[in-house]
Amino acid sequence: MTAAAPALPESAEAPPARDIVIDVHELTKSFNGRTVVDHVSMQVGKGRIHGFLGPNGSGKTTTIRLLCGLLTPDSGTGTCLGFDILTESDRIRRRVGYMTQRFSLYQDLSIRENLEFVARIYNLPDPRGKAQGAIDRLGLKGRENQLAGNLSGGWKQRLALGACILPQPALLLLDEPTAGVDPQARREFWSEIHALAAEGLSVLVSTHYMDEAERCHEIAYIAYGKLLVTGTVDEVIAASHLYTWTVTGADIHPLQMELEKTGGIDMVAPFGTSLHVSGRDETALEAAIAPFRSRAGLTWQKGEPTLEDAFIDLMKRSEDNFR
Amino acid sequence: MSVDGTGGAFGRFWAMTTKEFIQMTRDRITLATMIMIPVMQLFLFGFAINSTPHNLPTAVLMRETSDVGRSILAALENTDFFDIRFVLQREEEMDEMLQSGRALFVIEIPEGFERALRRGEQPALLVAADATDPVAASSALGALSGIVNTALARDRQVTMGEPTPPAFRIVQHRRYNPAGSSTLNIVPGLLGTILTMTLLIFTALSVTREVERGTMENLLSMPIRPIEIMLGKIAPYVLIGLLQAVLIIAAGFWVFGVPILGDPASLSLLTGLFVLANLSIGYTFSTVATNQLQAMQMAMMFFLPNILLSGFMFPFAGMPAWAQWIGEALPLTHYIRIVRAIMLKGADLSDLTTDALALAGLTGIAMLIAVRRFRRTLD
Repeated sequence: MTAAAPALPESAEAPPARDIVIDVHELTKSFNGRTVVDHVSMQVGKGRIHGFLGPNGSGKTTTIRLLCGLLTPDSGTGTCLGFDILTESDRIRRRVGYMTQRFSLYQDLSIRENLEFVARIYNLPDPRGKAQGAIDRLGLKGRENQLAGNLSGGWKQRLALGACILPQPALLLLDEPTAGVDPQARREFWSEIHALAAEGLSVLVSTHYMDEAERCHEIAYIAYGKLLVTGTVDEVIAASHLYTWTVTGADIHPLQMELEKTGGIDMVAPFGTSLHVSGRDETALEAAIAPFRSRAGLTWQKGEPTLEDAFIDLMKRSEDNFR
Repeated sequence: MSVDGTGGAFGRFWAMTTKEFIQMTRDRITLATMIMIPVMQLFLFGFAINSTPHNLPTAVLMRETSDVGRSILAALENTDFFDIRFVLQREEEMDEMLQSGRALFVIEIPEGFERALRRGEQPALLVAADATDPVAASSALGALSGIVNTALARDRQVTMGEPTPPAFRIVQHRRYNPAGSSTLNIVPGLLGTILTMTLLIFTALSVTREVERGTMENLLSMPIRPIEIMLGKIAPYVLIGLLQAVLIIAAGFWVFGVPILGDPASLSLLTGLFVLANLSIGYTFSTVATNQLQAMQMAMMFFLPNILLSGFMFPFAGMPAWAQWIGEALPLTHYIRIVRAIMLKGADLSDLTTDALALAGLTGIAMLIAVRRFRRTLD
């Protein structure tokens, strides 16, 4: 039992001076015989913002929970901030700020009380002062006695982030922090994340939004528990080996239906008045669209696949492979 | 700064306690219920549950008209146990009275009763009771012999030529509860029962509530140990439990006239221990249950034997051995002994070592299970 753990001097607890903050190998976790995380290996560098993407139920939340010691992996090894995720989860807890997907501060406590609670749990000196500092930083001055449960979605998320960074963690694990938050609040949230990363904080953030993925230094894509691709946005797009044509014209919906039935075209996605027509085989794609290019009222243009094209393709392929 | 130090542990415990206390005060309805439940229940049960019967409808069959007979009748009427509503002439009417339920008692004074008495023949006084309610019947029967004796003693005094106005009184040799009042017995028992019921529920909900509200995930990701969470969650309710106890004892004293013959300090100390035992058990349920409803059901499952086997409702000594063993494992059993001993018998701590140790032991076991059962992960 950890309650009996002896006191250790702080120097012995300091993480080794390394540039990798998350380094896990072959993490596997299953619930009731269903493998949710399947041999996931991942590295996150210090001061980097690492985006974590994948469809619903792909294992993002489970992976994050494995990293901060909330779940024990069935197999696999790894370190988080230099501490073993299997045996040293107590030390990881002290240095990791975990923001849950669902708002998990106390709704019946005020903003100030929530922040003071966190400060006290981490034994920060002057918890009142720390809470006040966070209130000022968050721009919640004058509202500190409002109950957390009465805040709007955007403010709840800012407060949760404020509580997460209060104990000055070295690593932030954010599980879909911006779900259901308006664009402006999302933008402010991301500015803050970038500011924190600039100060040396490492961030692993899961998201469904492509624009957010593009704000990350690196991204990882997980589907059906398997990590499919990691790298920078450009690397991920390049790795998809997709070729894309953009076609613009009026009334493109019937065209989309036609294109989808054509061999050699793997994906058709509408973007306003244009369609992204993509394929993995460049010559097959060009042959497939050739009959359509002569049609009146359509403008064809060779384009670059977007991150979204790459992800939709990944998702489709993983469905074919794992379903 | 070492985060594992005792200072740190206390800080985390204190953070938890403060948080629980604020949440408690914020939930106004629950808080009001906490204060109102004990007082309401005490008044309800204290007034309503009364195993000492009053004004039992009684019929008397007088087969002779004598001074002794009249004395007995007068004595019966002067107590509030019996309400003589019918004076019968014929024997058949006796059965009719009982059968129809118009009378619960029929007392027959036989022919030649006075004469037999004066000769020292120990004549029989026939009492027929409707024993379908054994509690009412037996306590009234118990009172009856006392009444008759008093009446006869007075009658003898009269024959010796000392005419004094009758001062009828039931003299019962019931120690610690001279009036035979069930209120005196029930109030201390109620103190334990009310505390058990409310305290079990408070902590039974505490962990499951955090799980259901989704706050547990956040709490578990923070550096706080299971024992700190447990003590932090229990501490504010110790205060509430003691406040409830004070309310009940005060109401018992002023409203029902239940005295505290023993040492109030011992009573407070052991009440504190009893409060802690129940809170620990409730908390243990909370670590086992997966939601609030389950925790509530477990608390109720535990509450029932507490009421039935602790000696609160039925005499402990009358239960079979196996039931007594179960009873010994319930905090309420020990607490009822403690409270009756201190409040009614004037006992102090040294008389109650066994029961006090039993309470401490039960608390320790519950806390140990709770800390071991507490899931630090979401696995």
